Amino acid sequence: MARSTGKDAQALFHSLRSAYAATPTTLKIIDLYVGFAVFTALIQVVYMAIVGSFPFNSFLSGVLSCVGTAVLAVCLRIQVNKDNKEFKDLPPERAFADFVLCNLVLHLVIMNFLG
Amino acid sequence: MARSPLRFLVLILAISICDAAGIFHPISDSHRSAALDLFKPVDGSFASLEEAYEALRTFEVLGIEKTAELSKATCKSVLGTLESSSSTPKDLFYALGVNGILKCSSKEETFEGIISSLQAVVRDANSLLDFYYSIGSLRLIKDQTSKTDLHLSDAEGTFRSIKALSQSDGRWRYSSNNPESSTFAAGIALEALSGVVSLASSEIDQFMIGAVKNDIVKLFDSVEKYDDGTFYFDEKLVNMREQQGPLATTSSVVRGLTAFSSVITESLNLTGDKILGIAKFFLGIGIPGDTKNFFDQVDSLACLENNRVSIPLILSLPSTVISLTKKDSLKVKVNTVLGSHAPPLTVTLVRAFSSSARDNSIIENQELKFDPQDAVYFLDDLPASFDVGEYIFVFKMLVQDSEQQTVYATGTLTQVPIYVTGLIKIENAKIAVLDSDLGSVETQKKLDLAGESTVSVSANHLQKLRLSFQMSTPLGNAFKPHQAFLRLRHETKVEHTFVVGSSGKKFEITLDFLGLVEKFFYLSGRYDIQLTVGDAVMENSLLRDIGYVELDLPEPPENASRPPPQPVDPYTRYGPKAEITHIFRAPEKRPPQELSLAFLVLTILPLFGFIIGLLRLGVNLKNFPSSAVPATFAVIFHLGIAAVLLLYVLFWLKLDLFTTLKTLCFLGVFLMVVGHRTLSHLASASAKLKSA
Repeated sequence: MARSTGKDAQALFHSLRSAYAATPTTLKIIDLYVGFAVFTALIQVVYMAIVGSFPFNSFLSGVLSCVGTAVLAVCLRIQVNKDNKEFKDLPPERAFADFVLCNLVLHLVIMNFLG
Repeated sequence: MARSPLRFLVLILAISICDAAGIFHPISDSHRSAALDLFKPVDGSFASLEEAYEALRTFEVLGIEKTAELSKATCKSVLGTLESSSSTPKDLFYALGVNGILKCSSKEETFEGIISSLQAVVRDANSLLDFYYSIGSLRLIKDQTSKTDLHLSDAEGTFRSIKALSQSDGRWRYSSNNPESSTFAAGIALEALSGVVSLASSEIDQFMIGAVKNDIVKLFDSVEKYDDGTFYFDEKLVNMREQQGPLATTSSVVRGLTAFSSVITESLNLTGDKILGIAKFFLGIGIPGDTKNFFDQVDSLACLENNRVSIPLILSLPSTVISLTKKDSLKVKVNTVLGSHAPPLTVTLVRAFSSSARDNSIIENQELKFDPQDAVYFLDDLPASFDVGEYIFVFKMLVQDSEQQTVYATGTLTQVPIYVTGLIKIENAKIAVLDSDLGSVETQKKLDLAGESTVSVSANHLQKLRLSFQMSTPLGNAFKPHQAFLRLRHETKVEHTFVVGSSGKKFEITLDFLGLVEKFFYLSGRYDIQLTVGDAVMENSLLRDIGYVELDLPEPPENASRPPPQPVDPYTRYGPKAEITHIFRAPEKRPPQELSLAFLVLTILPLFGFIIGLLRLGVNLKNFPSSAVPATFAVIFHLGIAAVLLLYVLFWLKLDLFTTLKTLCFLGVFLMVVGHRTLSHLASASAKLKSA
């Protein structure tokens, strides 16, 4: 049983990988960006776990900056994805402009909260 | 037997017509020095001529010299007022008053002009103050110049107009339209009337003068008195325009009375007692603190010094304490109110009695001898039966020359309290510790209260402490002092005070420690003993630490009361307080710097991972616009985003929110414009590609 599940997992993984290779480059860039943001957030959480949460506002602003920008990037991916029927009429440049604007506002708030 | 009720009646009568006890002193040098302190000119001269007149008249009466600069400055002001044509009668009155004292040189013509204007004022005046100032000024001019022919044009008419303002009770109204009458106005009116009489060319009708004399008698019926025998005038009504106090009112009446009595030929029907009472009122004030009050007091006393009604004579004692040890003699001075010599008098000590035994008079009808060198009347030796204590001496004085007796007011009897002091014998002082049950003496020590030695005894709570001594006066009588206290003070400064009881000459106090254990708060240890014996007539009052007693008291039970907290030295309240050390919140534990730096590097690493990933994906900049204008816009767009991010970094480092927001506004608008241009160009380019 375990061997079959292991084999199934491997097969699943391989199919996922090949399907992913088909995605357009722009979406892959956005996925990479999201991964980068989440990874940075994880490193900050590990640091807080080690030294304690003394300047809590700084920790929050750091983590929320990463998480926020990841969320905005996900929104951008949804809007730019050509397979998504809902946003067929939305030009990708407009989505990108929204992404940039929202990121700037988010980072203003983050910088204020950083202390 | 028949004599004693008669004597008793005489005694009652004597006490009832006595002047009350109280000593009044005539004017002395302390008045002179106070006057110099009070009447200080500002910048070399006085503020107004009225103040200058008050100051200079006070100096004149007290015999104080004026400085030359003061005279010069004041004379200048006087001459200016006299020569000015706009001076009111009040200004002229005070200017002439000052001129009379300083004798400034002035020309004849100035007086001519003033006289005619003043005569006009007198003719047309209808208020009392107008009459007063104009008539007073004319009278002063007559005294200061050689014009013996200066007369009022219609003296009788003026007299009648002033008299018309009088009321039936002897007071005067200020003018015919003002229904309120005042005693102060009566004084002013009398002065004005005396001026009219002196300025009249012919004699005034005696009937009118008699009417004024009746007014004066009625006025004096309203005089008020205090318990110490002083008489004064006061206004009855309140709500007058300028309510004068009793001093101003009484001095106004005195001035008016003395001025009027000096110009009429017959004498006024006034008893000398009232004049003496008024003189005592002025002297009883002491030294006033106000210039106006000082002037009123001194000027009135100067008027009384030489008045024609009766001159008051003041009996005073330089000292009311007679010491038996120093063998003092009783000294009495009689002076006029300003301190000058009195005429020859017989001063008799009518009675002297102890204040505790008023019926027994020790001295009766003893005449005092006169010492011409010091001008005092004295009694050489007090009789041997005078013991220490408080006495009341009753004096009577009589002018020797029988014709002069009506000229002077000596009063009837004057009561004076006298203290006779002496050394009190304290002997047989001893302190003993007794056993409680049997009363037998365990230790007994003699005390030397006059010396410096101390004794020490010890006792426990089952014993008693007894202190005893005997006191007697120089004549051997029993003596009860005002204070006889025994005080025990513990080492911790807790004190207990007891009164020493007496019976006859023997003084004794017994402290039973069994009953006092609770009162002493169960404190054992050393108690300092302090004895206080004192009295006003005792020359050797004592407050002495006579030793200590070691007291052994049992242990306090749980619910015993604690001794009260002793008062802290009051000066420590203002000393430096205890230092307060602030305890700050302990700072949070920070991680070691190396750890922080390591994680900083770790956080930057994903960025590199992102860039490497991008390169592996094969990103390119093919979509970057190639033609010039869109290219610049694209470049500017990227630069704009970079600028905003730089602004954020600066915001974190040193800027505040407001400047950041302001700058962000500009940058944001710029970025929007540029971004819109760039992205719309890209969009149109991709749309073209799609359609194509």
